[in-house]
Amino acid sequence: MSCTAADVDAPYAVLAELTHRCPLRCPYCSNPLALDPASRELDTDGWKRVIDQAADAGALQIHFSGGEPCVRRDLEALVAHATAVGLYSNLITSAVLLDAERLARLKAAGLQHVQISLQDVEPEGADRIGGFKGGHARKLEVARAVVEAGLALTINAVLHRHNIERVDDFIDLALELGAGRIEVANVQYYGWGLTNRAALLPTREQLIAMDHAVRARLPSLAGRIVVDYVVPDYYARRPKACMGGWGRRFMNVTPSGRVLPCHAAETIPGLEFETVFDRPLAAIWRDGAAFARYRGTAWMPEPCQSCDRKEQDWGGCRCQALALAGDAAATDPVCELSDAHGTVAELRDRDAAAEVPWRYRGAAG
Amino acid sequence: MTVAEDSRVRLAPGVMLRHDRNRGAWMLMAPERVLTLDDTALAVLRACTGPDAPTIGGAIDALAAEYDAPRGEIATDVLELLADLRLKGYLAP
Repeated sequence: MSCTAADVDAPYAVLAELTHRCPLRCPYCSNPLALDPASRELDTDGWKRVIDQAADAGALQIHFSGGEPCVRRDLEALVAHATAVGLYSNLITSAVLLDAERLARLKAAGLQHVQISLQDVEPEGADRIGGFKGGHARKLEVARAVVEAGLALTINAVLHRHNIERVDDFIDLALELGAGRIEVANVQYYGWGLTNRAALLPTREQLIAMDHAVRARLPSLAGRIVVDYVVPDYYARRPKACMGGWGRRFMNVTPSGRVLPCHAAETIPGLEFETVFDRPLAAIWRDGAAFARYRGTAWMPEPCQSCDRKEQDWGGCRCQALALAGDAAATDPVCELSDAHGTVAELRDRDAAAEVPWRYRGAAG
Repeated sequence: MTVAEDSRVRLAPGVMLRHDRNRGAWMLMAPERVLTLDDTALAVLRACTGPDAPTIGGAIDALAAEYDAPRGEIATDVLELLADLRLKGYLAP
């Protein structure tokens, strides 16, 4: 164990992946390759117990996510339940199944914030990458309805090789839609994204142009829209604190009720994950083996252990260390101090130069 | 970003003031963010936001009276704090 239970602060937020079902088929989907079928999803009462336990564990916010959370007909009931136990509700959605009427019901249930992902700024490219015709137009309509309903809107701009040149247009679109926040979210290469890395990774030139464009806009955007922008890992010199540090801020509950430190944690061999049927969330958070495994700093190898940034980046991302260095307990190879840092550059340059079609995400049965 | 005394501010959409028993602290809850407030920030937000909130100048008058402090000092602190919260998206004009 990396630290004792007494050291553990309460989680800030619980990510409730209500379902893996989704009408879109984005090739960079953050869901695992092995999707939970609808038949294994927690039912309404099961999720209500999770919500109760999230509040008991000290969480302040809940993120209703998926898949596409709006495929669940009980979403309104779950938001209402979260409100009743004092949780702040975020909805992370593709928006294609939403309309003004349902938004009004969700708002009445206490929903505060809607995050809508956009695949591009114009319909053709957006619908092609999302694999859903008419999706983009629908998203824009719903985004406007979110703002009209008085809810907070975040636009999640997912950037990759095929749209990264339009980052300025994404920002303009978010402003035009009245979003209070934009996530300039470069695709993360785990799960489906990892299988499609050679089809999606931008080139260094594209990346530099995007970075300059965003940084040039930031001063004029201050006070108008909150910008969450992180340099994409593959071109960074230091890793980011994935999930704000393992087991420090977030816990993730999968559609079938497995409790994870991050949504990709199941890719790590040797970790045992408890489910909501085993113990309450507070107990799993406090001393569950998977949460304790990489929490804090005691587990860290060199060069992390003697690094003055170890409590800033928390060693980076465990899933990325596994994917790139073959060892989840290694320093995130994105760090230029890692022995495996050269591998990142090699893989990156190889994949950025590749010309292969992407493979769409499969369906959750 | 400056905030003028004759203007008003309100919490931005999706932002709410909330007391957390667990942590024994007041917080601003916002989209996928949480800001822990100290006593000063809490007093300023209570004075400046809400359905019947006065102008910022009016709120400064009230705070100066309540805390029996020089108005100029209070004004500097309040305007600085509100400008920072505006910049970070917690407040809307």
